[in-house]
Amino acid sequence: MAKVPVQFTLNGSEKAEFVESGTTLLNTLRDKIGDTSPKGGCQQGTCGACSVIVDGELRLSCLTLAETCNGVAITTTSGLAEGGVLHPLQRAFLDTFATQCGFCTPGMIMAAKVLLDHTPNPSREDVVEALSGNICRCTGYEPIIQAVLTAARANSQNAA
Amino acid sequence: MAIRRGRGVAAINYPTGMNLGGDPTQALVHSTPTGNFMVTLSSVDLGQGMKQIMAQICAETIGVPTDHVVVDTADTDTGPHCMGTFASRGTHRAGNAVIQAAKEARQVMLEVAAEELEVNASDLETDGQGNILVKGAPQKSISIFDVALSAHFKRGRSISGRGMFLIPRSYPEKETGAMKPSTCYAHACTVAEVEVDDETGEVTVLTVKNVFEIGRALNPKMVEQQLVGGSWMGISHALYETTEPYYPNRDHGGTDFNQYLMPGPGDLAETEIIVLERPSADGPYGAKGPGEMCANPQIPAVANAVFDAVGVRIDTLPITPERILRALKAQAAN
Repeated sequence: MAKVPVQFTLNGSEKAEFVESGTTLLNTLRDKIGDTSPKGGCQQGTCGACSVIVDGELRLSCLTLAETCNGVAITTTSGLAEGGVLHPLQRAFLDTFATQCGFCTPGMIMAAKVLLDHTPNPSREDVVEALSGNICRCTGYEPIIQAVLTAARANSQNAA
Repeated sequence: MAIRRGRGVAAINYPTGMNLGGDPTQALVHSTPTGNFMVTLSSVDLGQGMKQIMAQICAETIGVPTDHVVVDTADTDTGPHCMGTFASRGTHRAGNAVIQAAKEARQVMLEVAAEELEVNASDLETDGQGNILVKGAPQKSISIFDVALSAHFKRGRSISGRGMFLIPRSYPEKETGAMKPSTCYAHACTVAEVEVDDETGEVTVLTVKNVFEIGRALNPKMVEQQLVGGSWMGISHALYETTEPYYPNRDHGGTDFNQYLMPGPGDLAETEIIVLERPSADGPYGAKGPGEMCANPQIPAVANAVFDAVGVRIDTLPITPERILRALKAQAAN
């Protein structure tokens, strides 16, 4: 099958790859580019572990074809830390023990980041709604909800 | 037809590990040339934090900071033997093996330090910060870094130790069938409050209050994390999760996360966790296994709460709306 060129920015740096038509963005990020922070859980859009941010919106990378991503800006969890300093969401997930096996964590952080980008001071209901497409086996969700609320508070204190 | 409220209580007694023919775990500990310590295990960290706990146990026993310990797990081809991470046995069995290995390594470390300081090894102590001091004369000291260099390059010693923890096989008594499946037991008690809609059969868990007795909490924050997640999982088992809803008939089993139901972040009960620490006699620094038992008591507590609410006893899991409605129908027919 003919390969298709695809170009986008990933966490601020330009990427260009030839992919087989039909390749998912998830497999392109993980296998071609080597960014393994998006996880392949169900591969059918029901678990949220593969979530990434495409042009500011949350996207399931396992259901997104790479060839539809020409010219977009993609953010993944591996691009959040700046100069070795963790993003406030990553810091909050650590501080509130919101991760156990860690497989759902990158997707949770992506979903939470899109929420906080649009709604800097979310209610608990906002957080629950934002995380409702992501599933977790270990934590019982409460520590994750608390992590997102903690990160939001840290952001608003820094802004003040 | 109404929303009916009920409260249920349940208590459990949960073995740490199991015993099907002797239950061993082994561990090896050795120092690097610069005085860090490696723990080698075949046990697996499933995400519950076993590596962190083994690092703490090794560090505590040798007398070094936890971040001076690296834990290498789960290569069953090359690592010392472990029965596996199951039956809530990881902390207890592997932890005891690590203590034994670390004690042996510590003894060699102190012997090398004693030669360097020209004192008796029994007169030495560690400060927990990476140094070895003469008891009562702390100005006379040597860093573990220098002790390891000396062992490797000057004295030809291996600062290392072997650890073995074995629960021997327990045979059933011929007369009674009684046996000893485990050497220590964790305990828990849960009170669940539910609302049951007797028209739809839907159950909502309002609150779940848990007390867990787990021996010594070696890492209290990680224990809390395990217990909060486990309490949620218990409710999930009680009301939602099954691969075989009409067992033994396999039809209608969930095939993906759209069909295999679990409570999401919007379905959480108000959850309370209380930890009681009663150190176990044979646990590593008193620990027991809090792993699986934390997801157990919610199940009978919810079943009892449903009975309290609508008077039907559901004895098949999960307690689905369908099962409740069928039981209510049978109750009305009687």
